[in-house]
Amino acid sequence: MSGPTLLDSLFQRSLEDLIKGLRLYVGDESTFISKSLDEIRREIKSTDPQTKSIALQKLTYLHSIHGVDMSWASFHAIELSSSHSLNFKRVAYLAASLSFDPSTTDVILLLTNQLRKDLQSPNSHEVSLALNALYFIATPDLARDLTPEVFILLNSNKGSTRKKAIALILRLFELYPDAVRVCFKRLVENLENSDPGIVSAVVGVFCELARNEAKSYLPLAPEFYKILVESRNNWLLIKVLKIFLELAPLEPRLGKRLVEPICDHLKRTGAKSLAFECVRTIVTSFSEYEFAVRLAVEKIKEFLNDDDPNLKYLGLQALTIVAPKHLWAVMENKDFVIRSLSDADANIKLEALQLVLAMVSEDNVMDICKVLINYALKSDPEFCNEILGCILLACSRNVYEIIVDFDWYVSLLGEMTRIPHCQKGEEIENQLVDIGMRVKDARPQLVRVGRDLLIDPALFGNPFVHRILSAAAWVSGEYVRFSKNPSELVEALLQPRTSLLPSSIKAVYIQSAFKVLTFYVHHYISTKGVISSASQGVEDLMHGRVQENPQFVRTGPVADSDTDDGGLNPMMLHRPVRDVSVESFEDMSVAHEWLSSTSSKVEPITEESIVSILNFVETTLGPLSGSHDVEILERSRNVLGLVELIREELLGYLVKREEDNDKGQRKTHEMIKLIAEAFSEELGPVSASSQERVPVPEGMVLNQNLADLDAICGDLGLHIPTSFSFGRSISSGKDDVTMSDLQSKEEVESTESTSLLAEHRKRHGLYYLQSQKKEMVYDDYPPANDLKTGNNADDEADDLVKLTEQSLFPKKKANQAKPRPVVVKLDDGDGPFIPAKKVESKDDLISGAVRDVLLGDEATTSSSRTKKSDKSSSKRRQKDKLDIDKSSVLKEDSKALENSELENASLRRSKRHSRGKEKKHRSIAKDRDEHEEGDKQKVSHNHGKHKSRQRADVALTLAAQSPVIPDFLL
Amino acid sequence: MIKAVMVINGLGKPRLSKFYEFQPAEKQQELIRHVYAVLSGRPDNVSNFIRSLGTVFGPDTRLVYKHYATLYFVFLFDNSENELAMLDLIQVFVETLDKCFKSVCELDVVFNYSKMHTILDEIILGGQVLETDSVEVMRAVEEISKLESTTSAGTMINKSIPSWWAR
Repeated sequence: MSGPTLLDSLFQRSLEDLIKGLRLYVGDESTFISKSLDEIRREIKSTDPQTKSIALQKLTYLHSIHGVDMSWASFHAIELSSSHSLNFKRVAYLAASLSFDPSTTDVILLLTNQLRKDLQSPNSHEVSLALNALYFIATPDLARDLTPEVFILLNSNKGSTRKKAIALILRLFELYPDAVRVCFKRLVENLENSDPGIVSAVVGVFCELARNEAKSYLPLAPEFYKILVESRNNWLLIKVLKIFLELAPLEPRLGKRLVEPICDHLKRTGAKSLAFECVRTIVTSFSEYEFAVRLAVEKIKEFLNDDDPNLKYLGLQALTIVAPKHLWAVMENKDFVIRSLSDADANIKLEALQLVLAMVSEDNVMDICKVLINYALKSDPEFCNEILGCILLACSRNVYEIIVDFDWYVSLLGEMTRIPHCQKGEEIENQLVDIGMRVKDARPQLVRVGRDLLIDPALFGNPFVHRILSAAAWVSGEYVRFSKNPSELVEALLQPRTSLLPSSIKAVYIQSAFKVLTFYVHHYISTKGVISSASQGVEDLMHGRVQENPQFVRTGPVADSDTDDGGLNPMMLHRPVRDVSVESFEDMSVAHEWLSSTSSKVEPITEESIVSILNFVETTLGPLSGSHDVEILERSRNVLGLVELIREELLGYLVKREEDNDKGQRKTHEMIKLIAEAFSEELGPVSASSQERVPVPEGMVLNQNLADLDAICGDLGLHIPTSFSFGRSISSGKDDVTMSDLQSKEEVESTESTSLLAEHRKRHGLYYLQSQKKEMVYDDYPPANDLKTGNNADDEADDLVKLTEQSLFPKKKANQAKPRPVVVKLDDGDGPFIPAKKVESKDDLISGAVRDVLLGDEATTSSSRTKKSDKSSSKRRQKDKLDIDKSSVLKEDSKALENSELENASLRRSKRHSRGKEKKHRSIAKDRDEHEEGDKQKVSHNHGKHKSRQRADVALTLAAQSPVIPDFLL
Repeated sequence: MIKAVMVINGLGKPRLSKFYEFQPAEKQQELIRHVYAVLSGRPDNVSNFIRSLGTVFGPDTRLVYKHYATLYFVFLFDNSENELAMLDLIQVFVETLDKCFKSVCELDVVFNYSKMHTILDEIILGGQVLETDSVEVMRAVEEISKLESTTSAGTMINKSIPSWWAR
């Protein structure tokens, strides 16, 4: 593209023309814009500043309003900025401020000299153009280079310029912390200016600074206090209040002095903005002053009863802040809050919702939730979910602190799931599982609710509740022993509509079906013995084995007599079982729990029902054994394997009646028992930090290169895929082989495939790490307890388990009276393992510099740098040592002080014992002196400089301690 | 501090936007669209605050807006500003526009793009409120326009072209 021709320049379209053209253009805007862009590209190269400026103006407009990229034109803006015309300069600086990205636009540095020149210009408008542009495009380099010019402007005669320079200073501090050393004093001096606009600008800057790190600005509290008492400018007062909001928590003595003037403002002012700021300050930082809070709540009431929705909204917001400490304030306005739930304004509704939940306690949680749920049913999807989210949050706060009746809460969760707009699937899922693990007494109800959810076909339609279904499936699998009808569960878990679920959730379904099926069959086998023996007598089933125990004959009839005594019954029923196999005691009790919990309503499990279930499982899962999803594939194969195993078992049973093939039958019994045992292992909640608590074994390098793993994996005898091993174990189980034999046999068989696999891995560099864990469980069938001790080797975890058991057992029987069930909690609070924050932000640099300045310390740049690194790296112990070293320096220092100051210092020394603090007092005092006595300033200034070498190190400790304001200043 | 100022018309077209923290052009457009989507869904005579604004600005960013005839005036700011004071500031801004353009309408805003920026820059610098008196702002703006017309009078050639040329 060539430069603009004369014609182009003569007939250039102005910005106005461009806008008109855009407005009149019919059709796609972007074609018009790209046409204009072509024009601009030509025009902007013009040597005529007029043409160039108009082109740039148009481009800026397109950039800002239509999002057109103009990074390519950066240089043209810089070129134009050197023009003498204010007009062109303004166009250039506007373009720069709207389009330059300080982090990527590299030509910014070319502006340094031009900006400097403009900052020194006699024309105040040029100066303000430059200041404004500098804010937008400042880089650390630019900030460093131009700090002196801005510093001079801080004393400008023209108020508007001075204000702008002050506002800009904030940016310079951020980008170039050392600017603090140069400008801070002059900035503070401006606080005493007679022009409220200037003071307001300074206070604005301090407000921003104090938000990041309030501590450093405590020494300035007296100045701010003066403004608070004397000023009547609302803007200014609001900002001062904002500063005190930050300072108040740091210095308790501030409260006493501040409360009165703030209350005065609150009583006096007619400006709502100031009144609200006073209210906010009181309820946030001075909530311990009862009379002030009373006053604030009065004001809030006024706001609530105002017609302006803005005031209503802010009033509710203020109430939300008060609520945690002064619930009475919310209670007083309870009616209003409830009414606001149906306000037309979404903001007000949300605030009201927050407040309603702030009122929730143990006693009223059920009522409030009922009201809210009804409300959620009626409202729009967004607010409905807002309500649900708030309920979930409030009820789960502090590990379900306010929930007494978990049965109710679990039902509530189920109810929420059925709300058509419900999108809180993830949260409800987490809570269902969490409650299952933490609250033992809630499990029967969980299973009931889970079953209701699983059999509800309508729920599949809402993708948001799929995750809840996954939780329901997990719960019914894990706590199947509380289920009244396991066969129904299996059917629900494997119903055809599950194909609508995402595969990860479907995998949970299948695994749960596995658990339920295991339980069901196991229960069938074990109770069949009991029941049949009880009714038919000994001889039919427990042949030779039971005869050793003559007691059995007695216990049988007793069990049959159907006593309702829950305590006695289990013991009776356990007897014969113990004879069969001692280690299955736990397991039997599980089966028994089921019997007793569901008592007489249990339908008898017949062989037909088992067979029909097995057929059902086989037909539904059969197609899935070829699934492409690994999880589904593996889990469905597991189930199918189990089904096969059980078929053998059933056959064995039938055959046994004639041949008494006792041993083979026992073998499979045992296997099913072992699987069931593995599943009935208690799962507890796990602390988020538990992984870190496991000590790293000595000699273990965690960050080692994983490349060696390939070789290691190849060497290990790898376990063969699950489905394969299942098939083997079934057939060999019949062959009367013991478990260990079976395993070794398998291992021999699998070596061939293992080596093949290893070779394959070496070639492709693939790892199959994931599968190992599962195979452990299914291949070896280790007794559940062994597995546990193997995994939780470290003491802490064991302790935790013990603790869990202790806290769970005592209350087990108290269920009937419905006291609050035990909720297992983990103490996440102790955080020795939480990595210490080592973030050293710019704010620290700023505040470090501020402290130096405030403390009269003119430390050099380099000292601030070293300080930074020192601070972050030094440990406490080292610091203490440093303190001792420094105290000697301090003593020398104190000798050099003027007499009057020494007196002051020693007076205060008697009050306080910390040496570091004294130092601060003196420095602050000195700082003050410098302010009050203009003549002396230079002397003491130099004085300070003299000592800077000496004090450079001292600053380190000083910075670490919080500055204390001398009483007399307040 | 104030994080952004936007003027959007009732159809979602931006008329003025100024971000006090750098945002790339696409991001700016996206934000404006987002803000408009939120605002257009709100009925009149409800409160003028919006609290949740997504993740683009910090979590404590708030928004106040005022709806004048066809235009939304929007200020985004963090919690070192007072909500009601910001509403007042919108009022100041609009009052100033009204004085500058003699009863302002959307067309004034559309065609005086740079002047809008000049006015805004007199009220806010670097996210800090500097002037809340519309008379003062007016005075400064008029002074600037006067200076501009004198300094560039020599080179100024009126290049406005009749609109028939625009196509």
